[in-house]
Amino acid sequence: MASVTMTVNGESVTREVEPRMLLVQFLREELRLTGTHVGCDTSQCGACVVHVDGKSIKACTMLASQASGKAVTTIEGLAKNGELHPMQAAFREHHGLQCGFCTPGMIMSALDIVQRHGSNVQEKTIREELEGNLCRCTGYHNIVKAIQAAAASM
Amino acid sequence: MNAPTGIGAAVPRREDQRFITGKGRYVDDLNRAGQLHAVFVRSPHAHARIAKIDSSAAKALPGVKAIYTGEDIAADKVGGLICGWVVTDKHGQPHRNPPHPVLAHGKVRHVGELVAVAIAETLAQARDAAEALDIDYEPLPATIDLPKTFAEDAPQLHEEAPGNLCYDWEVGDREGVEQAFSEAAHIAKVDLVNNRLIPNAMEPRAAIGEYDSGTDELVLYTTSQNPHVTRLILSAFIGIAPEHKLRVVAPDVGGGFGSKIYTYGEEVTCLWASRKLGGRPVKWVAERGESFLSDAHGRDHVTHAELALDKDGKFLALRVKTMANMGAYLQVFSTCVPTYLYACLLAGQYLTPKIFCEVRAGFTNTNCVDAYRGAGRPEATYVVERLVEIAARDMGIEKTEIRRRNFIPSESFPYETPVLMTYDSGNFPRLLDRGLEMIDYKGFPARKQEAERRGKLRGIGLSCFIEACGLAPSAVIGALGGGVGQWESANIKFNPTGSVTLYTGSHSHGQGHETVFAQIVSDLLGVPYENIEVAHGDTGIVPFGMGTYGSRSGPVGGGAVKLAADKVIAKAKKIAAHMLEASEGDIEHESGTYKVAGTDKSVNIAQIAFTAYVPHSYPEGVEPGLDETGFFDPLNFTFPSGTYIAEVEVDPDTGIVTLVDWVAVDDFGIVMNPLIVDGQVHGGIAQGVGQALLEQCVYDKESGQLLTGSYMDYCMPRADDLPALRVETTDMPCPHNPLGVKGCGEAGAIASPAALMNAIVDAIGKDIDMPATPEKVWRAIHGGRMAAAAE
Amino acid sequence: MYEFAYEKPSSIDEAAKLLQSADDPKILAGGQTLIPTMKQRLAQPSHLIDLAGIGDLAGISAGGSSVTIGALTTHAAVAASKDVAKAIPSLAALAGHIGDPAVRNCGTLGGSIANNDPAADYPAAVLALNATITTNKREIKADDFFKGMFETALEDDEIITKVSFPIPEKAGYAKFPNPASRYAMVGVMAAQTGAGVRVAVTGAGPCVYRWTEAERALSGGFNADALKDLKVSADGLNSDIHGSAEYRAHLVGVMARRAVAAAD
Repeated sequence: MASVTMTVNGESVTREVEPRMLLVQFLREELRLTGTHVGCDTSQCGACVVHVDGKSIKACTMLASQASGKAVTTIEGLAKNGELHPMQAAFREHHGLQCGFCTPGMIMSALDIVQRHGSNVQEKTIREELEGNLCRCTGYHNIVKAIQAAAASM
Repeated sequence: MNAPTGIGAAVPRREDQRFITGKGRYVDDLNRAGQLHAVFVRSPHAHARIAKIDSSAAKALPGVKAIYTGEDIAADKVGGLICGWVVTDKHGQPHRNPPHPVLAHGKVRHVGELVAVAIAETLAQARDAAEALDIDYEPLPATIDLPKTFAEDAPQLHEEAPGNLCYDWEVGDREGVEQAFSEAAHIAKVDLVNNRLIPNAMEPRAAIGEYDSGTDELVLYTTSQNPHVTRLILSAFIGIAPEHKLRVVAPDVGGGFGSKIYTYGEEVTCLWASRKLGGRPVKWVAERGESFLSDAHGRDHVTHAELALDKDGKFLALRVKTMANMGAYLQVFSTCVPTYLYACLLAGQYLTPKIFCEVRAGFTNTNCVDAYRGAGRPEATYVVERLVEIAARDMGIEKTEIRRRNFIPSESFPYETPVLMTYDSGNFPRLLDRGLEMIDYKGFPARKQEAERRGKLRGIGLSCFIEACGLAPSAVIGALGGGVGQWESANIKFNPTGSVTLYTGSHSHGQGHETVFAQIVSDLLGVPYENIEVAHGDTGIVPFGMGTYGSRSGPVGGGAVKLAADKVIAKAKKIAAHMLEASEGDIEHESGTYKVAGTDKSVNIAQIAFTAYVPHSYPEGVEPGLDETGFFDPLNFTFPSGTYIAEVEVDPDTGIVTLVDWVAVDDFGIVMNPLIVDGQVHGGIAQGVGQALLEQCVYDKESGQLLTGSYMDYCMPRADDLPALRVETTDMPCPHNPLGVKGCGEAGAIASPAALMNAIVDAIGKDIDMPATPEKVWRAIHGGRMAAAAE
Repeated sequence: MYEFAYEKPSSIDEAAKLLQSADDPKILAGGQTLIPTMKQRLAQPSHLIDLAGIGDLAGISAGGSSVTIGALTTHAAVAASKDVAKAIPSLAALAGHIGDPAVRNCGTLGGSIANNDPAADYPAAVLALNATITTNKREIKADDFFKGMFETALEDDEIITKVSFPIPEKAGYAKFPNPASRYAMVGVMAAQTGAGVRVAVTGAGPCVYRWTEAERALSGGFNADALKDLKVSADGLNSDIHGSAEYRAHLVGVMARRAVAAAD
C-alpha cells in the first residue's frame, strides 16, 4: 500500500491505496466523486478528463500515486457557491450534451482549450483540440458551439 | 417575462443540471452494501467445443466467492435469451430459432461469448480468478461472413438451422416486378455492402443484481432503454422471478442507440448469482473491450438491387435481393430488422408501382446483430437513394429532376406503398426545394471549378428519405410476428398542492424526456413547467412502459401523455363545475383556468387539485384524487421524411474526403422542443458520417477474431471529422398522432450515409462501398494507374 | 492491472540502482502507453520507477546550434515552447499533434523514443534531425538508437536524460494519421541539416527508417518537385485493415513531398 495525499477540488485528502490504483479509481471509489467517468480502456474516449495542477489529463491513464502532492480539479469542483461555471452554463444553454456520459470530460477538456487558446478560439481549433474526447450523441455541433460561446464569456 | 416553456419552446434541458455538475447517476456510480464483483470469461474462439472447465485453482484464490458456468445456470432451470419477433418465411414457416444460452454450455459460437463468471470480493480478485480458470476448448472451423455462410461446405452453427439459414423471406409482387422489368427502357443496378457497425454508447453496459431473502424480491440495476420490457423478458421467458417480485431500475443511462434494448447474459447472471449467493449484490461493469465484443452490432447487409425505368426516367419497378448477417444467435429484434424495418421502406419517397424484395438471413460465428440507430431504415434508404442517383447518371437526367418526376405527390396521402406501409403525410418537393436553397445548389458548379483549381475533387450528393417510426400499432405488430404490445403509458399524478409528477414508460438515455414531457404537461394542463416532475426508468415507480427505441418516445409516449391529460381535464371540469356552481357543460378550459362560459367566474387547476384531495365539498359520484393514466396505441407508424445534402472535397493524392457543407431539412411533424430536435439530428448525422466514412466492424475471415476491438482500430467520428451542420425542420403535423409529432431520433442516421456516399461518388466518378476510407477512395480514383504509382 | 511496487526516486543514480536491483522493473515516463498496456494485463512489471521525482529531467534549452530537451519534457511543453518554435518550428508542430491535449500533458519525449512504437511521431524527428540521445551512461547517435519494432539501443539499466537536436537549415513534418488511433500511419520528417539532407519515415514500416533515395534526390535542391519521380516499394511495409503496404508506400511519397513543401 502507498500513502497518497492530494488536493481535490480544494480539499486535502490522504488515503492508503494500492500502487496500481488509477487516479480515476481513486476519485470514484475512494472519494465517491463519480462525475469522472470511464468510457474506454485505451485512453481515447476522454470521459475521465480532469485537471491536475491546472492541466487536462486522462485520469484513467495516471496512477493515483503519480498525482500525489498535486492539485486535482474534477467536474464536481467547477461550480462555486451553487453557481455554474460559465462553461457548464454554456453546455446547458447550447444543448451541448444528451446522455451526459462524456460531458464531464468534455467540459474539463473545453476549459483546458480555452485556457490555452483564449476567448477568441476558433471553431476549427476547438474541433481539432477535441480529438481526445468522444461523444456518440451530439455530433459535436452543439459542444463546439457551447465552447465557443463560453470562451467569449470567460 | 418568463421564457416560454410550452410545446414548441426551445427550453434548455433541466436534466443537464446534474450531468454538467458530475451528479448524474449511472449504474457504475451505484454501489450496494456488501456488493461482490463479477468478471466474465469470454470465448477466445469463434467456434469451439468446450471440452472441460476446471475451476478449482480459481476457486482457491483469495476473495473468490463463486465460479459459475453455463452448466450451473442451466441446472437451475434459467431459460435462455430470446428473440421477440417471429418472422414467417416464404414457405409459411417460422424463422429458425436456435437456443441462446445465458452462459455457453457445450459449445461457443463467437469470440466474446460468455462462458463463465468469476465473483469475488474485489474487482481485481474477480479478474485474477477469471484468468485462473482453466478451460479446454476444441476449436471448430468458423463461418464469418456473407454470402459464404450459405455455402454448402460452410461450418454449421446450429442443428436447428440447417445451412445456417435463419429465414428466407420475401415481400411484394414478384410477377408484377418481372413484368415491369421486361418492359423497362433502362435498368439501373447496384451491388452494395451495408457495413457492420458497433454501437459504442459512451457508457459501457453494467448491471447490479440484488436479492432480498426477507421479501424474496429481486432488483436489477441495469443500463436499459426499456426496463419494463427487460422485466417482462426476465420473468416470462427467462423465468428468473415472477414479475411482481422483480424490479428493474435503469437510472441515468449513457446512450443506447438500440444496443441497450436487449436483455443480455451478464445482467441475467448478476441477478441469478445474487440469489444463489444468499443476497449479496453482484455488480458487473463492462470494459470497453467487452462492449466491442458483446453489445449487439448493427447493419451487415449484402444487397443487389435493380431499378426499372421508362424512357422518361419514371420508376416502373424495384427488385432487391439482400442477405443479412444475424451473428451467432438472435436477439430481441434481430429478425424484424432486415424484413419489416427494411424491405417495407424500399418505396422511399417515390411512386414505384411494383416492388419485390427477398431477404436471406444467416447465422455466422460473430456477435449478435440487431436493431441499431435506424435499424433497417438506413439500409433501405441507402439502397434506394444510391440507386436513384445511379439511374440519374445512367440516363443523363439531373439527379434532382429524376426525383421530382417520381415523388409521391403531396395530395395523394394516405398513400399505400407496394410493401405493406401506408404513408400518412408528406411534402417531398418542399423538403427538396428548401434543401437545395440552403446549400445553394445552383452555385455548386462554380464551387466545383474553384476546387479543381486547388487540385480537389468536389462533389454533392442527396438523400431524400422517409422512415417509419413510433413502432406501432399493437395489432399490426402482432400480425407481423411481434411478441409484445407497442403502446406506451403515462400517468399524471397531481399532488394536493397542485404540482404534478408524470410517470412515463418511455426511458430517457439522452433524449431529454424530463424536459420535453414536462413541456407537454405544462402546455396541456396549464401547470407551471417548474411544478412538474418527470419520473421514468424504474419498474418500482412507473406502472407500465414499453421503453424508448425506434423514435417512439415523442409519437407514442407523448401520445400517452396527451390521453392522460385529456382525462385530467375531463375530471377537472366536473370538479370545477361543482366549485363554480355551474353545469359541467358550461365549463371551458384554457391553460389551467376553468371558467364558466360567458362569465368571469373561474377556478384554476391548483385549486381543483386541492379540492380533489380535500373533498369537503365535492361533486356527487366523482372519486377523490386527480391521478389519471393514459395508454396510447397508435393507429399507424409515423412517417418522418426529409432531404439531406452533403458537399465534399476529395484529395486525389491521399483519398481523404473532407466534408465541406451539410444541410438537412426534416419533416418531424410538430416540433416540441427545437433545441432537442436539432440535437437529435446532429447526432444522427454524425452516425451517418461515421458509417459512410469511418466505421467498420471487421472480423478476421478465418479465425473470427474481432480486428476492430478497441478505439485504436474502430474509427469513431470525432469533432474534426465533421463540419458545422445546418439543420431545419418544417411543420407538417402527423394527421393521426394526438400531438401531431412524427419522431426525430433516427432520421440523421437513416438519411446521411446515402447523401455522403452520393457526394463522394459524384466527386470521384466511381462507385465505391462504405466506409469510404482514404485507401478505398484513392484506389477508386486511380484505378489501374494505382499499381504503377505505388510500385 | 497486476500488482507492482511503485518507486519514485529523486535522482538518476537512485533510479539506475532500482533498475538493477528489481526483478522486472519498468520506467514510468509519462505512462501514456505503459499504463494502458498494464491495464489490459499485457505487461506485468514488478516495479514501476516513476522518473517524475527527478528534478532536472524536464526542460528545454536552446543554444546557437542545437535545442536540448530533457527526457521528461512533455509533448505539450515542447509544442508550447517559444524556443523550439523559433529554432525548429517543425519539431514544435510535430509535438503539438501527438495524441490529444490530455495525452500531451503527460507523455514525454524520453518515454516516446524509449518505447519506439513504429507509429510514433518523435522517432521521425530524432532520426531526421540527427539528434543525439544522452543517457545516464553515454551518448547515442540517432542512427544507432532505433533498432526495430519497440526496440532501441538502450540497455536494461539505461535511462534517457535528454535529447539534443541540431538546428537544421529547414525541416518539415507531414503526417497521415490512422483515422482511428490518430497515430501516424505514415509520417515523414524531411530536414536540410548541416550534415546534408535527412528524411525519416515513421508509421510505414516496423521501425522508423531513413529514406535514402529521397535524401539523394533532395541533395540537389530541397524542393518537393525533386521527389515527384521517386517510387517507393511496398516491400516490408506494414499492412493492416487501415492501409495496405501499397497504399502506405504511396503515402510515403505524398507525405515526403508535403513535408518538404512545408519545411521552415
